[in-house]
Amino acid sequence: MVNTKISLCGIEIDNPVIPASGTFGFGYEFAELYDINCLGTFSFKGTTKDARFGNPTPRIAECSSGMLNAVGLQNPGVEKVISDELPKLAKVFNKKVMANVSGFAVEDYVYTCEKLDKEEQVGWLEVNISCPNVHGGGMSFGTSPESAYEVTKAVKAVTTKPVIIKLSPNVTDIASIAAACENAGADGISMINTLMGMRINLKTRKPIIANKTGGYSGPAILPVALRMVYQVYEAVKIPIVGMGGISTAEDVIEMMMAGATAVEVGAANLIEPYACKNIIDELPAVMERYGIKDLNEIIGGAH
Amino acid sequence: MKQTIFTIKHNVALTANVYEMALVGDTEGIASGQFVNIKIDGLYLRRPISVCDYSEDTLTLVYKVVGKGTEEMAKMVSGQKLDVLTGLGNGYDTAKSGSQPLLIGGGVGVPPMYALAKQLIEEGKKVNVILGFNSSDEIFYKNQFEALGAYVTVTTVDGSFGVKGFVTDALKNTGGYSYIYTCGPEVMLKAVYNAGETSGQYSFEERMGCGFGACMGCTCKTKYGNKRICKDGPVLEKEEIIW
Ligand SMILES: Cc1cc2nc3c(=O)[nH]c(=O)nc-3n(C[C@H](O)[C@H](O)[C@H](O)COP(=O)(O)OP(=O)(O)OC[C@H]3O[C@@H](n4cnc5c(N)ncnc54)[C@H](O)[C@@H]3O)c2cc1C
Ligand SMILES: Cc1cc2nc3c(=O)[nH]c(=O)nc-3n(C[C@H](O)[C@H](O)[C@H](O)COP(=O)(O)O)c2cc1C
Ligand code: FES
Repeated sequence: MVNTKISLCGIEIDNPVIPASGTFGFGYEFAELYDINCLGTFSFKGTTKDARFGNPTPRIAECSSGMLNAVGLQNPGVEKVISDELPKLAKVFNKKVMANVSGFAVEDYVYTCEKLDKEEQVGWLEVNISCPNVHGGGMSFGTSPESAYEVTKAVKAVTTKPVIIKLSPNVTDIASIAAACENAGADGISMINTLMGMRINLKTRKPIIANKTGGYSGPAILPVALRMVYQVYEAVKIPIVGMGGISTAEDVIEMMMAGATAVEVGAANLIEPYACKNIIDELPAVMERYGIKDLNEIIGGAH
Repeated sequence: MKQTIFTIKHNVALTANVYEMALVGDTEGIASGQFVNIKIDGLYLRRPISVCDYSEDTLTLVYKVVGKGTEEMAKMVSGQKLDVLTGLGNGYDTAKSGSQPLLIGGGVGVPPMYALAKQLIEEGKKVNVILGFNSSDEIFYKNQFEALGAYVTVTTVDGSFGVKGFVTDALKNTGGYSYIYTCGPEVMLKAVYNAGETSGQYSFEERMGCGFGACMGCTCKTKYGNKRICKDGPVLEKEEIIW
């Protein structure tokens, strides 16, 4: 018997496999297919202070070994998430869930986190700092150590739940941003969000995505994610939730060797709805193949 | 939703670039107006194709070659296996049809009308169908609809067959209708929306990430709130549509 249990910021989970925010909704679509309680946990759809329609369509474009998305954080707003989605979720998922939070001003993050802090079902707050800062000239909070520090500090002040800051890869020095989050009191780092990209329709000679740009995710970005997790592992002591292109049990192990304590699986869920269940089912056999008795022994093993 | 591995029974050309593919496998839960999402080797996103017909063990799709995915599909041969998600979308509601429904399909909007026509005729309704194409060499499924017992009018834009013009130019040929079901390019849907005199159900397309409601890739605004075309659609009621 191998051990797949890991502890993520003080909460033990059965395995390190976590569906990534935005690719698993609030779980119901997948609960129709399999018992989602097999998951370590999952990160629900990015939630904001107010309801958002998101961007116009087309929001999706295909790429080699991946996809672009520009959904634009469509969600019903934190109040509705708490009153409608969480009770429905409780019927199909009896573990702690990871609450993914977005905002366009520091006060937005604080407002949303404060509300979600009171919810028992919520185990962790995953704070996505890749959105543009409306008060800071539209640059994303995640692109400077100063604004990343500011959001982390403000959120930490209103919650006792572990705060995991989700970083954007669209930066020059991700390690310094991770370190700023750690200094501000973050309990963990999750990374990476999507890589900014574009596709152009040759017939119309215009970008395929209505928003023009979209975030690239899927297997193509795995090497970028591995490199960044590896760099951040050297810069911080807090746990890292690694993601970007993971679609097999081997990818999980590789990401953990780079320095991740747990992993998230995103786009793979959209293409193969059983992806996370399959990865969890295959993990023990793959661990045995590589002589791994306990996943804890491989975290950061590549360093 | 269900994931099924189907085996290709046949994959034949109906016109220069439209193919009919019959798949053998588990068809439980499939309904008219729904679509399936097909995994194609070498491509990342699945490709959504409407249910054209289904029986206890066979699913029929009709598709037009427009890009990489459908090009790959056209090369597939009998016996090949295909990974398909079925039971996607809401489908048509036949309870609202009245006794004389009118079905309007344009181009590759024709296929979903077939399973619907079959169902409505089985329910004892008098079914009129308008099939719209650009020219006579693009026509497919006319005989199949007639074999079901539907009254078929074909329109062609260039006038090379049937009524010259668009599907809306044939509305007066139908001798009255109680309700409209339609699928086709958005400009056609809009024309039908404006010319049609009754309520109806309109089937929409959108670029999709998942096809089963998880990613919010396909959301549109309706008078009844935001809807995911893949899960709350692809069929919308006339009254809720916002153009
Ligand atoms: C609900 C639904 C039902 C459909 N039913 C049929 C059908 O019965 N017969 C048929 O021929 N076609 C149908 N289509 C359109 C069909 O999905 C596209 O023609 C097909 O995906 C094109 O793929 P490709 O790789 O050949 O083209 P490419 O242009 O190479 O595709 C690139 C990407 O764009 C997407 N895409 C391209 N065109 C469309 C489109 N019109 N709608 C949605 N996504 C698109 C593809 O899925 C893919 O992700 C349907 C679409 C939807 C949304
Ligand atoms: C359709 C879609 C929607 C997403 N929405 C969110 C979101 O709301 N919040 C967030 O933090 N990340 C969001 N992401 C990013 C993913 O959580 C993940 O970081 C990224 O896709 C990389 O992982 P992957 O390659 O496994 O998909 C989204 C990704 C996709 C594909
Ligand atoms: S395509 Fe994913 S929600 Fe519709």
